[in-house]
Amino acid sequence: MGWETWIIATLSRTLAYGTPLLIATLGEIFAERAGVLNLGVEGMMIMGAYSGFVIAYTTGHPWLGILVAGVVGAVFSIIHAFVSVTLKANQVVSGLALTMLGLGLAGVLGRGWEGLPLFTPIHKMTVPVLSSIPVLGPILFKGQNLVVYLTMLLVPVLWYVLFRTRIGISIRAVGESPATADSLGVNVTRIRYLCVIFGGFLAGVAGGYLSVAYRPSWTQGMTGGMGWIVIALTIFAFWNPIYGLLGSYLFAALYHLSFRLQAWVSPELLKAMPYLFAILVLIFVAQGTLKKKMGAPAALSVPYTRGEE
Amino acid sequence: MRILYGLYQPDEGEILLNGKPIRISSPRAALTYHIGMVHQHFRLVPTLSVAENMVLGLDEGTGPFLNYRQTHKKISQIAEKYGLVVDPQAKVWQLTVGQQQRVEILKALYRQADVLIMDEPTSVLTPQEVDQLFATLRTLVDDGLTIIFITHKLDEVMEISDRVTVLRKGKAIATVNTADTNKAELAKLMVGREVVFRLEKNPVKRGEKILAVDDLQALNDRGLPALRGVSFEVYEGEILGVAGVSGNGQRELAEVLTGLRRATGGHVTLEGKDVTNRSAREIADAGVAHVPTERKTMGTVPSMTIRENLILKSYRQPPFSHGMFLDNKAAEENARAAMKEYAILAPNIDTAVKVLSGGNIQRVVLARELSGDPRLIIAAHPTYGLDVGATEQVRQILLAQRDRGAGIVLISEDLEEIMTMSDRILVLFQGQVMGIIDAEGAQIERIGLMMAGTEEEKK
Repeated sequence: MGWETWIIATLSRTLAYGTPLLIATLGEIFAERAGVLNLGVEGMMIMGAYSGFVIAYTTGHPWLGILVAGVVGAVFSIIHAFVSVTLKANQVVSGLALTMLGLGLAGVLGRGWEGLPLFTPIHKMTVPVLSSIPVLGPILFKGQNLVVYLTMLLVPVLWYVLFRTRIGISIRAVGESPATADSLGVNVTRIRYLCVIFGGFLAGVAGGYLSVAYRPSWTQGMTGGMGWIVIALTIFAFWNPIYGLLGSYLFAALYHLSFRLQAWVSPELLKAMPYLFAILVLIFVAQGTLKKKMGAPAALSVPYTRGEE
Repeated sequence: MRILYGLYQPDEGEILLNGKPIRISSPRAALTYHIGMVHQHFRLVPTLSVAENMVLGLDEGTGPFLNYRQTHKKISQIAEKYGLVVDPQAKVWQLTVGQQQRVEILKALYRQADVLIMDEPTSVLTPQEVDQLFATLRTLVDDGLTIIFITHKLDEVMEISDRVTVLRKGKAIATVNTADTNKAELAKLMVGREVVFRLEKNPVKRGEKILAVDDLQALNDRGLPALRGVSFEVYEGEILGVAGVSGNGQRELAEVLTGLRRATGGHVTLEGKDVTNRSAREIADAGVAHVPTERKTMGTVPSMTIRENLILKSYRQPPFSHGMFLDNKAAEENARAAMKEYAILAPNIDTAVKVLSGGNIQRVVLARELSGDPRLIIAAHPTYGLDVGATEQVRQILLAQRDRGAGIVLISEDLEEIMTMSDRILVLFQGQVMGIIDAEGAQIERIGLMMAGTEEEKK
């Protein structure tokens, strides 16, 4: 295998593997921008993966599977929204509980489904003309599926929503200073619910992508800690969809290299990279004006009660 | 006032606007009635730009999309009309406090407020900025706006208002025309009895030098210079008032003097001993008492009881502990005595401090800090947020300490407090001493100028 083929294959796999990371990260960015830390990503993803597979398998429609995966993730996230926004309980505990619950529930429900092949996955496609561009063609336009492209498209859209629209300003205000948002007539509870549910939807879709497109089958624990990488990526992305794209693909590349470079570098070390980078980012934005410019939303994981400051 | 803005709901009674009863169920509803509010603690999102703060929560008929050009234009129009110039693209955290207040007023005007409620708007401003604010308010009133100006400073009431309503314990005591009244009468209405404006103060009996601060330098939380070569001395039996607009190094000064912040240069000498950068415990043991700004976070442990809070400083020594065991009996006696001496109002000594009123929490702090007759007292904003009665008591306690022979550094943003309490007044501006003057015969205008950065010859 020549160097060129090797690089093309790696980058092509990077896009495929980076896509679920990116989808779920975009969702978590929205939840955290509104001030709600949701550590339940892993749980919502696995629920999405399970339900997406079941629907795709029984109906033969993979896209319906992805959609249902999103809806299940969204419904699942309502638990977290209710506990952390309405009941104002500790968000870390509630999020962790969601992850445990999701892994357990999907494990129980998925027993009879394990090892079944999905005959109707989302197919890989080749874009005519574009795929014949040297190097870029085979990476970007050959052997990828539609979800990969839709996700790329979603990034600028969500960036625009967050930074250039009214709802985006409301979301950021709620995450930075809920008392201010409240005093200006923004419904803090509603915004937080919407963002958590949107995050849950995308986490579910990311799970569905895994079982319907990336590796069309269902296995217990198939998300394999991706949800945790997403939490780290959200930090690494400075809570910005554009950097979320860069981060997701970067770590997808590292993940693949960890297989290919096993002989030289310990794969465990490469897998720890996202967390290491997240810590570095937290150190980097810990102080001064950088904190204001790129730091975590000021009210992240702080429940809001009117009149209590 | 929070009811008028829709944050709280009234239990009874009604609100009339232009003669019609209205219900203000939420801040959004207040907006539709064109009621705007400038909160004491600004309601601005620091990471958003001025323009983004303007449009937050609004529906301007463009759906989810924003028209930045139109917003900027509208902001400049209002800004020019009322002399409230700010850069719409600046992020709010980059602005000074005075500019942020302008943004708050702009925000209310941007929302077409007819009624503007202002809560203690001058507490963060220099006297010069206050003048500017008052000029703006007058233009607004000339333009037909109604302004409700909430303040506890009588001078401001007399200067800016047309009519005054005095509130006491949630009741409207009286409403009078400003022109028909005077400060003394208003004060009487506020307290319900005659108030002595000039505190009875014994002549100063200056003793030995207690504290010498020489060329002190320190950084603030953001790592920028907060104290830039501060020097002064404090003697037995005197109160040195430290005046200045909030954020000019007062907090850092108090923290360095009490061992809570590192000095990056200079020396602090306490009774001849160099205590620069000693730990808070060493400094406290050397006889320095600290009445901190944040009485709920720095002054007390709110969830602990009065008994426990009172021995937080001395629990390590007899009589409150023997070896590793606490002596609850001694703590109890101590608490009973303190509650009596300082008139702390609470159900019992095992009441959690967090349920007490601000005045009672401050009494707990004072009782603890002043036990054992400290040599030096660092009091930061000791009467901030207290009612008139508690304020008077706290001031009397501090004066008694002064007469006992303690040296007191009184840091306050309330100029009236500085003027009535101090023997000498030091003015801080951007971490530098603008001058130290005798309080006797000091003019408030002169101090105001120093607070705004005009240097005086040092005494």
